[in-house]
Amino acid sequence: MNAPGHDDSIKIFGFWLYILQDLFLFATLFANIAVFSSSYDAGPIAKDLISLPFVMVETFVLLFSSISYGFSVIQMHRNSLFGTRIWMAVTFLLGLLFILMELYEFNHLLNEGATPQVSAYWSAFFILIGTHGIHVTSGLIWMICMFVHLSWRGLCAENKMRLTCLSLFWHFLDIIWIGVFTVVYLFGAL
Amino acid sequence: MFGRLTDPTAGVLFALQNEPIVLFTVLILLGVTALVLAVLTFFGLWKTFWCNWITTVDHKRIGIMYVILALIMLIRGFADAIMMRVHQAMALGSEHAGYLSPDHYNQIFTAHGTIMIFFMATPFLFGFFNYVIPLQLGARDVAFPFLNNLGFWITCAGALLINISLGLGNFARVGWLAYPPLSELTGSPDTGVDYYLWSLQLSGIATTMGAINFIATIIKMRAPGMSMMKMPIFCWTALVTNILILAIYPVLAATFLLLASDRYLGMHFFTNDGSGNPMVYVNYIWMFGHPEVYVLILPAFGILSEVIPTFSSKRLFGYTSMVWATIVILILSFLVWVHHFFTMGGGVTVNTFFSVATMIIAVPTGVKIFNWLFTMYKGRIRFDLPMLWCLGMMFTFVGGGLAGVMLSLPAADWQFHNSLFLVAHFHHTIIGGVVFGYLAGFVYWFPKAFGLKLNRVLGLISFFGWFFGFYLSFFPLYILGLMGASRRLQYYMEPSWQPLFIVAMIGAFVIAIGILCMALQVLIVIWYGVKYKGNLPVQKNDPWGDTRTLEWSISSPPPAYNFANIPQVKTRDAYWNMKEEGYVRQTKNFTKIHMPSNTSAGFWTGMLSLVVGFGLVWHIWWLVIISFISAILVIILYSFFGDNSGYYLSAEYVQKTEDHFSACLESEGIRL
Repeated sequence: MNAPGHDDSIKIFGFWLYILQDLFLFATLFANIAVFSSSYDAGPIAKDLISLPFVMVETFVLLFSSISYGFSVIQMHRNSLFGTRIWMAVTFLLGLLFILMELYEFNHLLNEGATPQVSAYWSAFFILIGTHGIHVTSGLIWMICMFVHLSWRGLCAENKMRLTCLSLFWHFLDIIWIGVFTVVYLFGAL
Repeated sequence: MFGRLTDPTAGVLFALQNEPIVLFTVLILLGVTALVLAVLTFFGLWKTFWCNWITTVDHKRIGIMYVILALIMLIRGFADAIMMRVHQAMALGSEHAGYLSPDHYNQIFTAHGTIMIFFMATPFLFGFFNYVIPLQLGARDVAFPFLNNLGFWITCAGALLINISLGLGNFARVGWLAYPPLSELTGSPDTGVDYYLWSLQLSGIATTMGAINFIATIIKMRAPGMSMMKMPIFCWTALVTNILILAIYPVLAATFLLLASDRYLGMHFFTNDGSGNPMVYVNYIWMFGHPEVYVLILPAFGILSEVIPTFSSKRLFGYTSMVWATIVILILSFLVWVHHFFTMGGGVTVNTFFSVATMIIAVPTGVKIFNWLFTMYKGRIRFDLPMLWCLGMMFTFVGGGLAGVMLSLPAADWQFHNSLFLVAHFHHTIIGGVVFGYLAGFVYWFPKAFGLKLNRVLGLISFFGWFFGFYLSFFPLYILGLMGASRRLQYYMEPSWQPLFIVAMIGAFVIAIGILCMALQVLIVIWYGVKYKGNLPVQKNDPWGDTRTLEWSISSPPPAYNFANIPQVKTRDAYWNMKEEGYVRQTKNFTKIHMPSNTSAGFWTGMLSLVVGFGLVWHIWWLVIISFISAILVIILYSFFGDNSGYYLSAEYVQKTEDHFSACLESEGIRL
C-alpha cells in the first residue's frame, strides 16, 4: 500500500473523534437542563405534562432501531447486500417513527402552553431534545444516501466504512437518548 | 424579502454614512480587493490560483493560506488597537474629547478582541499545524485532506462575515465574549451580536474539524518507529492543543446556540426574565474561554521547544518532563475557569478552589521555562531571528505569568477585576507569549516553506519594535489599572491618567514600526516569488544548521509528496540521529506515490456557509434555507461524485524532482 494512513481505519478513528466532540456538545446541553431544572417561572411544570408510557414506547422504538442496525451490520460482514438493505430499511422506519412521535409530543406540549418561550426550563427542554432530534434526522438523511450508495457500488470497502461510521453515529444517539430519558423524563416526572 | 436589510431601524448603512473612518476603510478594502482581482485577471492567473490554491488539499499550501489569513487579520486587529490607543490618549474630560463616538469605540474594542483571538491567533496556529505536523511526523499529508480544505474555507467564511459587518450594519458592542444580558435582544437589538455569533460559530466549526484532523494525523500517521515519546515536542503540544479544542469548541458552539435561541426564538436562557440566568452564560463561556488561552499558548511552547535546541546546538533538556507538563496543563486548564469572575460571589470555598488551581498551573509552566533555560545552559547559542523572538518570549512571558499569579488571589482580584491591570496582564501573556512565540515559529519555518530566510536587518527592527513597543504600551496600563482605571473606557475625568495613556499610545506606534518591518520582510519575499514567476527554486534542506527534526531532511520548499521515502525513525530528534549515523539519501529507484485529488467542494461549502451566516444576521430566511440545503447537498454530492481514489505521481516525476534537489545539494557542496 503506497498511502499509509489513508485506509479506512483512520476514517473510523476520525469519526470516533467526531463523536467525542458531539458528546461534549450534549454534555453542555445536559448541564444546561440540570441548571435550569426548576426554572419554571410562570410556565407549566414538567411533571404535569410528561406522559411516561408514551416516552417509554418512543424510547423502545429508538432502542429497537439500534438493534436492527446491528443486524444490518452483521449482514454487511456476511457480505449480504440484500440483508444489509432490509435491516437498514427497518432501522429507517423505526427512526422515522421515533421522529414522528417526538413531533407529536412537541405538538402536545406546545398546545398545553409549554412553549420554549415560557420559561428557562422549557427552553432547555426543547433545545436538548430538539438537538437530539436534529441528529436523528441527519442520521435518517444519511441512511437515504447510503441506500443510493449501496445500490450504486454495492458493499465496496468505502461503503462498508461509511456503514460502520453510521453505525457508530446511530448507537451514539441511542446512548444520548437513554441519558435524555433518565435526566429529562424520569427525573422530570418523578 | 430582504429581511432586516430593508428595515430603516436596522441602520444598514449607518456606519458608512456617519463614520468617515469606516467609509475610508471600506473604500480602501474594496480598492485593494479590486486591485488583486485585476492583477489576477491581467496576468491570467485565475486558473493557477484555482487549481493550486483554492481547490488544493495539500497541507503545505493550506497552511500557507492560513498564515496569510492570520497576517491580514493581524493588521485589521492592530488597526483597531491603534485607534483605541490614540482615542484614549485624547479622551480626557467628556465623551466628545476623543475622535471616536461611544458607539463606534465599543464596536472597535469588541472587534479587536474577537478578531485577534478567533481570526488571527487561531488561523496562525492552524497554519503551523498544517505546515509543520505532517513534515515532523514523516507523513505525506494530514489524515483528512478534504476536511482540511473545507475547514480553511469555513474559517475564511467566518472572517469574511466579520469584515462585512464593517460596512453593512454594525458590529457587536459587547466585549469579546458577549456577556448577556447586554448581548440579549433587550441590550443589543441590531445586527451587531448576530454578526459576532455567526462568524464565531463558523470559525468554531472549522476549528473543530481541524482538531479532529490533526489528532487523527498525530495518532495514526507517524513514520514507522516514531513512538509517542519519540515525537517532536511541537507535535506533542499540537496533540494536546487539539484535544483541548475538541473538548471546548463544542461547549462554545452550544453556548452560542443557546444565546442565539434567546435572540432568535425568544427563549430564556440568559435573559433576566423567564427564570433565565446571565451568570450561567459567563460560566459556560469561560469553560470554553480558559482552556482556549492554553489552546493559544501551548503551540507557542512547542515552537520554543523546537527553536531553542536548534540555536543552542543541544538537545532539548527534559523531554519527558516537557511532555508531562503539557499534559498536566491540559487537565488543570479545565479547573480554573471561575478565576475570570471571582466577583460573581461564588463564596469562599469555590473561590479558594479555583484560586489554588490557578496558582498550581504556574508549576508546569515553570517546568517548561526551566527546561528551556537548561537547554540553553552551556549551549553554543546563536542569536538568529527565531532565537531572539524566543528569548523575548521567555523574558516577557514570565512577567505576564507572575501578574497572573497576582490576579489569582481572590482578595486582590476584587480590586483588579475589570481594570486595565487585567488588560495589561493578558496582553502581557498573549503578546509576550503567543505572538512572540508564533513569530519565532514564523521566522523559523519560513525558509522551509519558501527556500529563503526573512531579511535579518528588518527582522531585528521588527523584533525590537515589538519588544520595546509592548513594554511601552502595556506597563502604563498596569499602573493605570492600579490607579483605578477600568477597561473599555470611552473617556475619563482624571487628568493624572492622561500622560500614561499617551505613553501607551507611543508604545502602540513603536509596535506599528515592528509590524511595518515585518510587512517589508514579506514584501521582499513576494518580490522574490514574482521574479521566479511562482516556481521557487529548490534550496538546501537545512538553512539554520543543527536542526533536529524530520522537516529539515527534505528540500526547501518541500516537494508536493514531502518524503520520497518514508523515513525510519529510531530515536527522538530523528534527523539529528540520521546525520550522526551518516545517513545517505536515496537518489535512484523511486516508486510512484499516491496523492489525494483536489476538490472545489470545500470552497463552495465555505462560501455557502458565508451566505447562511449573512442570511441569519439579516433575517433573510429563504436565503438561509436555500444556502443551508445547498451546502449540505454539495457535501452529499461530493460523497457520490468526488474523486476519492486520488491519483499517482509517477516514479519519473519523483525522480526528476529529487534530481533537482540533488543538484542543489551538489552545488552547495552538501553531502546528504
